[in-house]
Amino acid sequence: MSDNNVINLLRRRLPAHCLLFDPEDLRPYECDALSAYRRLPLAVVLPETPDQVRVTLQSCAELRVPVVARGAGTGLSGGALPLTDGVLLSLARFNRILDIDVQNRTARVEPGVTNLSISKAAEPFGLYYAPDPSSQIACSIGGNVAENAGGVHCLKYGLTVHNIQKLEILTIEGESLTIGGEALDSPGYDLLALLTGSEGLLGVITEVTVRLLAKPETAQVMLAAFDSVESAAAAVTAVIASGIIPAGLELLDNPAIRAVERFVHTGYPEEATAILLCELDGAREDVAAQIERTRAVFTQAGAIELRVSRNEAERQRFWAGRKAAFPAMGRLSPDYYCMDGTIPRRHLAKVLAEIGELSSAYGLPVCNVFHAGDGNLHPLILYDANQPGELERTEELGGKILELCVAVGGTITGEHGVGLEKIDQMCVQFNADELAQFHAVKQAFDPHGLLNPGKGIPTLHRCAEFGAMHVHHGQLSHPELERF
Amino acid sequence: MQHLIESFTETLREAGRRATPLSIRGGGSKAFYGRTVQGMEFRVGDYAGVIEYSPTELVVSARAGTPLAALEAVLAQENQMLPFEPPHFAPGATLGGAVACGLSGPRRPYAGAVRDHVLGITCLNGAGRRLRFGGQVMKNVAGYDISRTLTGSLGTLAVLLDITLKVLPRPETELTLRRETTAAETITLFNRWAGLPLPLSAGCYHDGSLTVRLSGFEQGVKAAADKLGGDKLPDAGTFWQDLREQRLAFFDDPRPLWRLSVAPATPPLPLEGDCLIDWGGAQRWVKTGLPAPALRQDAADGGGHATLFRNGDGNDVFHPLPAPLLALHRRLKQSFDPAGILNPGRMYPEL
Repeated sequence: MSDNNVINLLRRRLPAHCLLFDPEDLRPYECDALSAYRRLPLAVVLPETPDQVRVTLQSCAELRVPVVARGAGTGLSGGALPLTDGVLLSLARFNRILDIDVQNRTARVEPGVTNLSISKAAEPFGLYYAPDPSSQIACSIGGNVAENAGGVHCLKYGLTVHNIQKLEILTIEGESLTIGGEALDSPGYDLLALLTGSEGLLGVITEVTVRLLAKPETAQVMLAAFDSVESAAAAVTAVIASGIIPAGLELLDNPAIRAVERFVHTGYPEEATAILLCELDGAREDVAAQIERTRAVFTQAGAIELRVSRNEAERQRFWAGRKAAFPAMGRLSPDYYCMDGTIPRRHLAKVLAEIGELSSAYGLPVCNVFHAGDGNLHPLILYDANQPGELERTEELGGKILELCVAVGGTITGEHGVGLEKIDQMCVQFNADELAQFHAVKQAFDPHGLLNPGKGIPTLHRCAEFGAMHVHHGQLSHPELERF
Repeated sequence: MQHLIESFTETLREAGRRATPLSIRGGGSKAFYGRTVQGMEFRVGDYAGVIEYSPTELVVSARAGTPLAALEAVLAQENQMLPFEPPHFAPGATLGGAVACGLSGPRRPYAGAVRDHVLGITCLNGAGRRLRFGGQVMKNVAGYDISRTLTGSLGTLAVLLDITLKVLPRPETELTLRRETTAAETITLFNRWAGLPLPLSAGCYHDGSLTVRLSGFEQGVKAAADKLGGDKLPDAGTFWQDLREQRLAFFDDPRPLWRLSVAPATPPLPLEGDCLIDWGGAQRWVKTGLPAPALRQDAADGGGHATLFRNGDGNDVFHPLPAPLLALHRRLKQSFDPAGILNPGRMYPEL
């Protein structure tokens, strides 16, 4: 059996403590943070050197065994879900910060290093790593690159793709490639962009060089309460129209506010229909001026209450509620399901209203806590997996929400990735020609389709079954393919 | 515009059938850039016009043939701008050319490059298939990031049709300071400043004088100017434009012009010839008759690469790629353009 073959081969080529294949040992790797999907891999490899990663990949390539790379396993889309006939390759032991280059403002790190620890290591130099996904205390930089992770401060500072400079990767054949460099650009195609967010389908990252930024002199948060979602959404548009790019601009709707208040008592106004948290950062003089301008904009937009953080402790307190939002939902409901669609900001009010209607139609409560500044929604569907059929209804409602995002010119995922979770909605966002191009790109890196197969990009076959194949001008692309 | 797309598609299919190489041409303003292509001229500049612009979204979509000047004028009316300050190099410069060449101006190290602002691209691949990647939103991780991969690919992967970009408000205040100093001191200062919370937006050095630009709100710019020191440069707008467009006296020279992209703190290069430092140290323009290997070595020592930007022989332009990376480039090229008809050889002879 090829199953035993690959384990035998890896046993010969790797130290014993780097390989797990006893079902009990495999259990911790059965899922990522999307725990609704679980399965055991054939084996887990925990390499400690790039050479062991290469050996693992070469062994799998030789025997045509699929490989799923995993960082910290905090992903929300099932991207690191193992394959029952595949090897799970954990990069968790690559957890060293190799170098901080203060002059060039970069940090060279191993892929298993956590996001937050990079900023901590850079702090003595007045520098930090800007992308800050909410899981930053636990998520790894390798996973951040694989998912093109975002965070609260994307609007001003960009996503992972804007903040990395160089990658060392291994191909499925175990060939080592340097992507990007020490300079701000590199010759040839922009493979750094192509690799970022490729969800482990193109190569395995063994080292990352990130760009560090100067820590802003100061930051203040304004909390604005509104008595309608429409006016809060209009305020989002108005602040950007006024020429200000907030460092963060987050919206919580009333169910979210109340859930948070019950959990952490941050003093959010519980009667408000929606609140905005608007962070402004920069030079002290600038922040003061921007606060005044933002105050005027929010008042004009109909804010019923405005508070400005007066010191760092208060700023942290304003954010504490936002940061506790997801755990707070966990208290409200046995299970919740977090969506990640992104839409043009001007459709915020309309889309939130339609999500409300869908929520009633499905009889499943939805709370909204999200990155309003860049239109990145995170509707949280509250459900109980122990109720028969409720997970299925939740997934169907989630799918409808994503299709709504695509319909208004948005995307099914802003920062969490497609993984396994949103693979069917990919058929809504892309047509057969586009999917075929994606597959051709994958083939250029991974000719036998061994890296994280079945994630990220659906097969045309799967889309045909899902029934969402796009038909353009009444003609199906690739008429030679079978349809179901 | 539909008829133009149909005619482009037909051209591509026909060229594919006959294996006719195509030399894609927008406004022709950057025809000098890259290797010489032997191919049938394929004019795509008529596919022009702004499709959608919503200032409050900070997003603009336009057809690739849209003149850069026209696009910038539309943005300026709403007090917005292309943050990457793309060079035009000639009046006919188009948006498509700017994105295909992937060149960015003085603001690049502080505001990001062209690719950082590309949100979505609709294109025709070599097989004439119309494909849309990315979209109109800032955050989008559905599928591979093909639109950024196409940026800077010099038309070797696809013909660009519609391009969506992130734009930014123009800074409320800009202030340029100049002081006399050495190249070595300049590099030290630029990199020290970049590690401090200062509203830097450009930094350049040539011939004993350092020029630095600050952009942002009035109070912050003024406070930063007090910290940095130097004399206020009058008519600074013209200076930065002339730098971006290579109209400064430095560029008026028949010798080959090299662009060295290096780690920003790389010390001054020990090269014969004249050097202008841009991008806060990360981009070095060098005019020299030295042979290519010398420049490539210096660039590589600085963690970067060297491009023979102008006045070259049209052959050895871009920094050679290591063999495995070049092989991957070839496979990627093939995945977009199996017949090899799109700008063959413009970037590397093998692509």
